[in-house]
Amino acid sequence: MKNKLKVLRAEHNLTQEQLAKAVEVSRQTINAIEKEKFDPSLMLAIKLARLFKTEIESIFIYAKD
Amino acid sequence: MTFSMKTKKQQILNLAGWTWSWVATLALATFGPQFIWDDHQLLTILFVGLNFANGIAMVIANRHFFNSLDELQRKIQLEALGITLGLTVIIGITYSLLDTTNLIGADAEIGFLVGMIGVIYFLSTLIIGRRYA
Repeated sequence: MKNKLKVLRAEHNLTQEQLAKAVEVSRQTINAIEKEKFDPSLMLAIKLARLFKTEIESIFIYAKD
Repeated sequence: MTFSMKTKKQQILNLAGWTWSWVATLALATFGPQFIWDDHQLLTILFVGLNFANGIAMVIANRHFFNSLDELQRKIQLEALGITLGLTVIIGITYSLLDTTNLIGADAEIGFLVGMIGVIYFLSTLIIGRRYA
């Protein structure tokens, strides 16, 4: 799954560490999501969408591998 | 349970504490009868029981550690555990077969299997973790 997490994080001037703390995961998890190596759970996707005040679909884009 | 680095560190320390005390009580139960209390049966039973109870506490601490992880870390641990379980069954059966068919000189020892579990779990956690780095 593709995502715009890195762009959104940069727009909000957040480090990976700060974003990780805000959504209660490890920095490694944020890094893995940004590099599209790991797809987050629905709960984490909702947390991220709420934090950036946007829709889940505007952060995560479903694409067949 | 929500993830926090502080909770995770606390759970790691808790698990480490129970693991070391399990190893210590195991050593006492193993060598105590011969070197400390001269085969006193009641003391031996007491220390074997203590070691067993300590083992249960270690399993509970491991569960708490697992629950303190976030979703990616749990996935890494789960994959590592899957690989460890699979390889342990395969290697364990092969090792036992080598013993029963007398293809190896020494008897198959459970200690070998336990040591191997540790090494496989450690390596697979490391390798799978790097995949998400």
